[in-house]
Amino acid sequence: MGPDAPVVLELAGITKRFPGIIANDHVDFDLRAHEVHALLGENGAGKSTLMNILYGLYRPDEGEIRINGKLAHFTSSKDAIEAGIGMVHQHFMLIPVMTVAENIVLAVEPTRAGVLFDVGAAADRVREIAEQFKFTIDPYARIQNLSVGQQQRVEILKALYRKADILILDEPTAVLTPQEARELFGILQRLKAEGMSIIFISHKLNEALEIADRITVLRRGVKIDTIPREGATEASLARMMVGRDVLLTVEKTPGVPGKPLLEVAGLEVFDDRGLEVVKGVSLTVHAGEIVGLAGIDGNGQEELIDALTGLRKAHAGSIRIAGEESSGDSAREMLETGVGHIPVDRQRRGLVLDFSLAENLALRDFRHAPNSRLGWLFPNRLVARARKLLKEFDVRGGVPQTRAGMLSGGNQQKVVLAREIDRDPKVLVAGQPTRGLDVGAIEFVHRRLLSERDEGRAILLVSLELDEILSLSDRILVIYEGRIVGEFPPTVSEEELGLAMTGGGRGSGEEAA
Amino acid sequence: MTEAPTPAPPPLPEAGTDAAPVNFVERYGLLQRSGGVATALITASLAFLIGGLVVLATGHNPLSAYREIFNGTGLNWLFPWVNGTDRTFAAMNLQQTLLKATPLMLTGLAVAFAFRCGMFNIGGQGQYTVGTIVGVWVGSSWAGIPGPAHIVLAIVLASLAGAFFAGVAGLLKATVGAHEVISTIMLNWVAFYVGSYAFGLGGPLQNSTNVSVPISNDIATNAHLYVFWGDPILQGLHIGFFIAIGALVAYWVVLNRTTLGYEVRAVGFNAEAARYGGINVARSYVTAMAISGLFAGLAGAIDILGWQFRVGQLDVQASNIGFTGIAVALLGRNTAVGVFFSALLFGGLINGTSGRHLSADVFPPQLAGNLTLIIQGLIILFIGADVLVLYLWQRAKRLRAGKTPGAVEVGT
Repeated sequence: MGPDAPVVLELAGITKRFPGIIANDHVDFDLRAHEVHALLGENGAGKSTLMNILYGLYRPDEGEIRINGKLAHFTSSKDAIEAGIGMVHQHFMLIPVMTVAENIVLAVEPTRAGVLFDVGAAADRVREIAEQFKFTIDPYARIQNLSVGQQQRVEILKALYRKADILILDEPTAVLTPQEARELFGILQRLKAEGMSIIFISHKLNEALEIADRITVLRRGVKIDTIPREGATEASLARMMVGRDVLLTVEKTPGVPGKPLLEVAGLEVFDDRGLEVVKGVSLTVHAGEIVGLAGIDGNGQEELIDALTGLRKAHAGSIRIAGEESSGDSAREMLETGVGHIPVDRQRRGLVLDFSLAENLALRDFRHAPNSRLGWLFPNRLVARARKLLKEFDVRGGVPQTRAGMLSGGNQQKVVLAREIDRDPKVLVAGQPTRGLDVGAIEFVHRRLLSERDEGRAILLVSLELDEILSLSDRILVIYEGRIVGEFPPTVSEEELGLAMTGGGRGSGEEAA
Repeated sequence: MTEAPTPAPPPLPEAGTDAAPVNFVERYGLLQRSGGVATALITASLAFLIGGLVVLATGHNPLSAYREIFNGTGLNWLFPWVNGTDRTFAAMNLQQTLLKATPLMLTGLAVAFAFRCGMFNIGGQGQYTVGTIVGVWVGSSWAGIPGPAHIVLAIVLASLAGAFFAGVAGLLKATVGAHEVISTIMLNWVAFYVGSYAFGLGGPLQNSTNVSVPISNDIATNAHLYVFWGDPILQGLHIGFFIAIGALVAYWVVLNRTTLGYEVRAVGFNAEAARYGGINVARSYVTAMAISGLFAGLAGAIDILGWQFRVGQLDVQASNIGFTGIAVALLGRNTAVGVFFSALLFGGLINGTSGRHLSADVFPPQLAGNLTLIIQGLIILFIGADVLVLYLWQRAKRLRAGKTPGAVEVGT
């Protein structure tokens, strides 16, 4: 470690052009032995392109790659693997019905008598590597029965089995729970101690500061700088990433709550398996107020959101929107009553990725004038409205005719936000509105939610990010196992919230988690 | 909120959809988005190429066989230098080709419309059969009604019968989740046996004067569709051709200019997002299947009123107009224009390879009709093997991109 450690990998002047865009513009990058080097940048900054070049998936238009000082020429990922580079993609490349050992040795299987697959040897070898790096994993477990965090460990083992000494992790924490992320960081520290060099791609500032020895920041395809972790702060990194000062926590004036717009009493909801997951929730959100619903994922939040927006029938209890009894209403009735909904999963639910932006912006209102009349749709009006909204919400990278799937995550979320806010809802249910977004987009969403609050909307913010809950909410409710277990002011400490989220009672939090 | 405009995301990395497509409908959707008209042309060309190899294997010249087939379609009528008796024959051949293509456009639409709602309608054949049964029943009854009213009545009732028949599959999917592929295949057999019974000896629609042949009564003469090109005695081209063109236009208008079409497309692309948008997904399934069946039933009616005038038990059992419609929709990529051209292609193939056009020294007659089926099968195979076509297409694109100036190899 340290500045004297030899450079194992060097990318010099890498340039990659795609039609209409320079994804990488003369990027230099080097990786020393025994270090974790974070590659930081907003969505679309060119991080993945650079790593795909290193992994042999793209060929650079200009520039060269040196491994241990020697010029390398990769035409496929096979060449990169042979040069000792392993990559863990964001979306795992595992076969669900096969075992851990089978997945790991795939394509390089140990054999008996030259032809027979030696299951025992494969499992032994996997166990050996796992022990060396202190992994706990059962070689005979099937992938489909593993958690996401465990599957990621299998991907890492796959790279180790192929004798990688350089490991690339592409946004590895995006799919993990906070606990799993902790475990991953532990693993990465051990790998480093065993002599691996690691490239850690992320757009999360705190992660880069926690795990990396050095940090390289990319912005719009250009390398801004490489700096050691010491001396770097979230604010300085954010400025490098975005190109200006970013407010990491929004400034908020206290809300002025008006009359209650969303009143829920004794709500019980079943999940798809028929289990009761929302067990008698009662809550009220007033006009001009953001109520944050904190909780660990899977404590009934999604089913609660579904019930509030008419996407799932409640088993018992009542929902009143602006005083009007609305329980049992369909999704369409709910949205006509004035409930806006920012879905947790914008790609699966919030957008039709194959629709144009104009069509997506009409998804909740295509039945009404001016979008349509007596069943006739007016595409020109859809486009005109989209043009206005895209400008107002600062959506980049697309015109009304662009397919929604072509936008980056942050811009997709702005489209969802624009659609829901433009409907002028009384109640806005926001499910993890900044999930997977980079700092610039998060700031935009947060500011917009606050200004909508000040417009007099009642906002229920459901989030797994404690920072977000604490910085936006006027009141905080905690949900645990389908029940509201506490209400806190926004001045509450993170520790106290965390305790309530894991089962309430002081001191019993650890075991309940 | 960055200070300068962020460029559009690069097309290959970080584009929105990242879940791998899993089933046929999804993979086919991917194909639809990826290559425009080019993949359709590549698919058809590959099929013809391999069809040519089959001809070559039988010891004949594929080029002269294809030329004969082309002349058999009557498309040489379009060439101004073809004249005299050649031109007369070409006109007759072209009439036959368009006569074959007319129902194919409609059964193609029957598959395409369901596809746009995310369903695979294998039941075009059964819906077509139901249309012919109702068409011949109405057309051969009530001889007293004035011609135009009789025609409209037959067409409307046959189309509605097709819509109802397909709607059953939609309803089963919407209510109990029965997969439409399974239910439409089973409904095909229902239509097959109902038709076999109805026109069979002693069946309710069997010929009332000649009780020894398994064939229906003829429809009333004044219910025949008007023949606008060619000799009505020699199966000229009837105005059903324009009905089919009208259906293609209606298909485009409904999909792109109505809220119903918006709902259908939203459900087809992403049913969960459609539900979130307040769309009743179950009802969309029923509506889309019913409209699909309407097209197929219409095809049955205009075949009856236009040139068949009667249906035999064997016609019901041997017809594959509905199945060919699947290939028409797949090749036509579920667009109105695409369905028009691919119906023309298959209509031309069926007509061009029929025995009367080909001399045995150019082409073995026993292979002639089968070549249509071979090419049809190959097209479906290649569309199923979209990965291959996509791969070739992307590779070709990459090769072209690689030749752009300024590209520098690494490590040289």
